[in-house]
Amino acid sequence: MEPWKGLESLSHNFLTGRLEDFVKWSRRSSMWPATFGLACCAIEMMAAGTAEYDLARFGMEVFRPSPRQADLMIVAGRVSQKMAPVLRQVYDQMVEPKWVISMGVCASTGGMFNNYAIVQGVDEIIPVDVYAPGCPPSPTTLIHSILTLHDKVRSGEIMRRRRQRGGGAAVDLASEVPGWTQPLPAPVRIGTPR
Amino acid sequence: MTADRSFAAAPRALPHDEIDELVGVPYQNSLGDDVYFPSRDGYVEICEALKRAGFATCRDLCGVDYLTNPGRALPDGVTPQRFEVVVVLLSHQRARQVRLRVMVPEDDPVVGTLFSVFPGTENMEREAYDMFGIRFDGHPDPTRILMPEEWEGHPLRRDYGMGRVPVQFKEAPGPR
Amino acid sequence: MTIEYEDRSQKGAGVDLDAPDEVEERLKAETSEGPQELVPLDRTDPRELAIETGGVLRVPESMVLDPDARDVSFGDGDTMILNLGPQHPSTHGVLRMMVELQGETVLRSKPVIGYLHTGMEKTGEALTYVQGATNVTRMDYLSPLPNELVYSLAVEKLLGVEIPPRATWIRMLMCELNRISSHVTWAATNGLDLAATTMMIFGFRERDLVLQFFEKTTGLRMNHNYIRPGGVAAELPDGWEDDVEVIVDTVGARLNDYDELITGQPIFRERTEGVGVIPPDLLVALSATGPLLRASGVPWDLRRSMPYLAYDEVDFDVIVGTVGDTFDRYAVRLNEIRESIKIIRQILEKMPAGDYRAQDKKVTPPPRARIDESMEALIHHFKLFTSGIEPPAGETYVAVESPRGELGCYLVSDGTNRPMRMHIRAPSFVNLQSVPAMLRGGLIADMIAILSSVDPVLGEVDR
Repeated sequence: MEPWKGLESLSHNFLTGRLEDFVKWSRRSSMWPATFGLACCAIEMMAAGTAEYDLARFGMEVFRPSPRQADLMIVAGRVSQKMAPVLRQVYDQMVEPKWVISMGVCASTGGMFNNYAIVQGVDEIIPVDVYAPGCPPSPTTLIHSILTLHDKVRSGEIMRRRRQRGGGAAVDLASEVPGWTQPLPAPVRIGTPR
Repeated sequence: MTADRSFAAAPRALPHDEIDELVGVPYQNSLGDDVYFPSRDGYVEICEALKRAGFATCRDLCGVDYLTNPGRALPDGVTPQRFEVVVVLLSHQRARQVRLRVMVPEDDPVVGTLFSVFPGTENMEREAYDMFGIRFDGHPDPTRILMPEEWEGHPLRRDYGMGRVPVQFKEAPGPR
Repeated sequence: MTIEYEDRSQKGAGVDLDAPDEVEERLKAETSEGPQELVPLDRTDPRELAIETGGVLRVPESMVLDPDARDVSFGDGDTMILNLGPQHPSTHGVLRMMVELQGETVLRSKPVIGYLHTGMEKTGEALTYVQGATNVTRMDYLSPLPNELVYSLAVEKLLGVEIPPRATWIRMLMCELNRISSHVTWAATNGLDLAATTMMIFGFRERDLVLQFFEKTTGLRMNHNYIRPGGVAAELPDGWEDDVEVIVDTVGARLNDYDELITGQPIFRERTEGVGVIPPDLLVALSATGPLLRASGVPWDLRRSMPYLAYDEVDFDVIVGTVGDTFDRYAVRLNEIRESIKIIRQILEKMPAGDYRAQDKKVTPPPRARIDESMEALIHHFKLFTSGIEPPAGETYVAVESPRGELGCYLVSDGTNRPMRMHIRAPSFVNLQSVPAMLRGGLIADMIAILSSVDPVLGEVDR
């Protein structure tokens, strides 16, 4: 029997790494979106899932109708006053870790509808991780925002901020922890490296 | 599968030659459309008469608030009020439409419902109630349809504000 | 290879009214207390009839949350009210359905809307006439160009301005292309609802073809703001005839693929034939329009019966169904795509030369190159984009045939540069009233198929 040469001789059979890197890789490689298509942006979101733009290459073509099975909520469209409690309820039903992409200007800021009927930005109700501008954003813009989110997950910056700020429910630590100041976010590299 | 005859556009007679109830109701020709101004009391009977004469469908029913424009052009015999209910009826056979404008006063915004004549006005009347506060007497479900049920106020009234949120534009950050 | 549509008009969906015994039998209902006679239709009060045959569930919308708070009795308790909430996978938007179920059979139902209410009619009063098309275009987001068209036609009628023929034909071309893209998108989401996921991929592939042409012409894939009062915003790009020809040839050939994939497929036929039958007189009473009405046999199409633009100069057929079930609504829309392709080929031949917008300086802006040369052009441009058009006081109602039905605009002007009242008669808003009548007596699975076949777009339902 040959003497043991160490793990280096077995490099083609084993993959080693840190646990948190594997966790981050699995989180970003199969981030399942919950269906929350509201208006025009929903059609572009559906188009992003079909053959021309293909979200399946990112592991995301399964839009889960049940929020319990989804990681990502893409708020696609304008949120009206009647829909706001429903949005919050669906967000609460999702299980941590969960992320939110606010797709389109209506979801990000209220868009062109600055009036009584539309919530001026979905971040008044739920915490948002990535904002995608456009009216509607083309599927390529949506894919860019998804890749930005993937990179935030990859760099770990997003979970770091969450731990500091008290989880995804946007608890305000400044009022509870004396002397706490919000740290500056780390710069984010766009694109998923290979 | 295709129809070899459809409701072709054809010349047709004016309704007020044929329908007695329309004689005497003030009339206006608005850019080629026939517009009648029935009174609030006789309006449902006139719609029933028009339905018997072939105008089997209500195309549209909406409310209008003339708070900022009280001096609009109306024919003689019609006193302007703050609200109007506008009904557009359609006859498929004649390929012709007729428009009715009913004056509704501000202090008593009640009008008869057309639901028993045209069941298709149900949603439209609910929207007119929701947006203007015009109540339709006899409607089977007089609740709000577009706004949440506990909303106060009627948004499309001219004295209801837009609800704009002031937006502060800050200077964009420079390149990092 | 096209599938031959067999004559289904003889397949029994109704009662033979000449056989009185049969009518007698159907008028007796078996209840737990013995047979009970139902009052025949012609002796029923029309209001009760609408409530009964309509099958509308008239309860407050918050009722499902607190069953003890209701003050209406529902029989001996073997029915339940199920809420299909505003967020559900059937991709027709935020429509909430409250259905009263007995086992799996749907008895009465109520569509609850308002979850996408945007206050567009109020916004329309705050925007000038030049800006108005940006607002209206986001109502029916699957077919934005007919929205802009109906608004522009209403403004032009108030202004009394003549549109050059080329602008009219360009508008017709864009609206027919939009009809194709809307119907294939509908076919895609309909396939997804009925679990034919390949249809979703096919439909969006076709839609992308049309949208790429739109992006080339108007600058945007959706919500184009292209058809404006006075004409269209820009001339068609060079080589547009070739682009459009590629689109119609490809879509026309692929329609045969759909026939193989869907129309002849036994599972699809089983799920849609005989499901959601509704008689034409009920639809006319409920003010339904569009493919929903035509599938039940009423040949009413605004393009033929009350022509606008140049539809009286092109030759096309009005597609009409026979039985009025879900399959007929599907077949009507599929064949309407073929008719649109026919119209577009005629437009390709007959497109006149000329201006793409009216030359009236008070209505349409001058070409941008002239702004550098002429002071007058600069002033006109400035006035148009700041204060805008001022039509004389008046009111008008204009309607066009959108892919969902009759889309109308009631516009009241008070002589200023903003509309006093802009009301859009949305086809889906009115078509939803027919839904409870179609759902009655069916199963929950049928409910999904029927809702999908009505093709509601919640943006225009809620505005």
